[in-house]
Amino acid sequence: MSNESKQTVAAALLGRLKEKAAWVWRETLKIHGTAPETRVASSLSPVEILTTLYYGNVLRFDPRNPQWEGRDRFIASKGHGCVSIYPILADVGFIGREELAGVCKAGSRLGGIPDANIPGIETTNGSLGHGLGVACGMALALKQKRSDAFVYVVVGDGELCEGSVWEAVMFAGQQGLNNLVLIADCNGIAMLDYCRNIINLDPLDRKLREFQWDAVTVDGHDIAAVHQALSNCRQSGSARPQAIVARTIKGRGVPQLENNALCHVKTLNQEQVAAAIGGKQ
Amino acid sequence: MNSPQSMTMRDVFLGRLYAALKEGEKVFIVTDDFGAPTLDKIRSEFKDRFVNVGIAEQNAVNVATGLALEGFTAYAYGIAGFMTMRCYEQIRTNLSMAAQLRPLNVNIVGVGAGFSYDVSGPSHHCLEDITLMRLLPNMEVLSPGDWVTASRFAERSLHVNKPKYIRLDSKPVPQIYAEDAAVSLEDGFHELAQGGGTCVVATGFMTQVARRALAQATVPIGLVDLFSFKPLDEERLFGVLKQYRQIVTVEEGFIHRGGLDALIVGLLAQRGAAIPVRALGVDDRFIYDVGNRSLLHKLAGMDEESILQAVAKANAA
Repeated sequence: MSNESKQTVAAALLGRLKEKAAWVWRETLKIHGTAPETRVASSLSPVEILTTLYYGNVLRFDPRNPQWEGRDRFIASKGHGCVSIYPILADVGFIGREELAGVCKAGSRLGGIPDANIPGIETTNGSLGHGLGVACGMALALKQKRSDAFVYVVVGDGELCEGSVWEAVMFAGQQGLNNLVLIADCNGIAMLDYCRNIINLDPLDRKLREFQWDAVTVDGHDIAAVHQALSNCRQSGSARPQAIVARTIKGRGVPQLENNALCHVKTLNQEQVAAAIGGKQ
Repeated sequence: MNSPQSMTMRDVFLGRLYAALKEGEKVFIVTDDFGAPTLDKIRSEFKDRFVNVGIAEQNAVNVATGLALEGFTAYAYGIAGFMTMRCYEQIRTNLSMAAQLRPLNVNIVGVGAGFSYDVSGPSHHCLEDITLMRLLPNMEVLSPGDWVTASRFAERSLHVNKPKYIRLDSKPVPQIYAEDAAVSLEDGFHELAQGGGTCVVATGFMTQVARRALAQATVPIGLVDLFSFKPLDEERLFGVLKQYRQIVTVEEGFIHRGGLDALIVGLLAQRGAAIPVRALGVDDRFIYDVGNRSLLHKLAGMDEESILQAVAKANAA
């Protein structure tokens, strides 16, 4: 393929990713409109990350066979903040589209936190600090099996206060788990305050490098940057585990939520959801 | 049985894992930097299957979970109190909950059950593990009293695709069972001796102590070795216990807190059996006194003499 056609394909892909991200953003808000228990602000910050993983030729998956051995493993460690994965799972075919209307409703398998009872979800989430360690075990096993599959984990920056995350960070670096990708959705806000006022981990990329990781910091809402960083992980050929520190905005696109220190626990009513979506259309 | 041999449960257990690795079984051993002579052989010959995560029990359980989700039989090996309590929430979320949805063969192997680490003090005494582990759904909870049952559990660990907690003694123990003894692991218990009015139910190392004590009794006393809390055939156990007028339970654990005594009281109550149960074990306190295991048993009121006294009181009642 010529350079020109490569660029055309890349531009088309980015255009598609932007459209998908906008759709995932709207669907996440719609879900919140009918399921106010969902953590909407937290789920809006990783929209571009999740969109790029699933639509950007990053993750390998087969919705008809969720446990396909050749799949890449994806762990939503910040489970409460990954409700935005529901529209994606429905859109790509892991679950039915009609299920989105039932989130948090009796009889649905889609609760406020995505769990392993849902096709496409690997682990039981919700308790923070587990995902990266489990991912380390998976990455180690995949190496033993000589699989070329990768393991991707999304954690929140509030979650990084859990000591178990750092047990896993140290372990992955020591073991050279270069089939492991950590995406830190750094929206800068935990439940009660800005992260910098609780436990300040900046600069996170430098800390990870000190623990024998490759780490880059990107604007987590710049889909081209996220796509490039995620694509590089497989292509880099590095001997180290890879981290993407994604600078994001909690509650992005919703004025009542954006960067509000207490937005984690804020809910929007249906009128506010409609107004937010209307403003974006 | 020829003269009984003494061996450590962990050497027998790890010996079976070593053989499994030799046989090409898909096994990983994860440790929190805790060793054993047999483990040295494993880590030198099977470097890629032996993982030392460092002193990090939470990560040991999480890494073992990831390995098991990928189809390996994983062992998280360390000191009993730390491999259960330091990482209880990891066990709850990643083993107990997850195993309801997916097959997951993670074996938490805790060395140093009860007062095994006698002189190390209360941080190393492990008196809560039975209660904590039997609380969790989908977990097997195995408490061998000798190295023969420990070896049977090693075999089981390789082939039963579920999370398990296996509590092992740290010091050499004599065998109770012949190596070819017919013991049903699914029953969860074995009636070692039949008696008249009173039956002692013991678990782990206390089966050894109770056996020695009851050898001195003047009348026949029943003895049940309860080596598995899950699986346990409660109906079959009730069939044995209902023949007695009194029961004495003895465990290296806190009593009246959900351990062996609670199991027995519960299963009798559920079946409407009014058989009194006396519980021997540790009261609502830690033991800071320094001394060997026999002294600690004496202080807690669960040594051989205390068992005999409890049995005599029960018989007199």
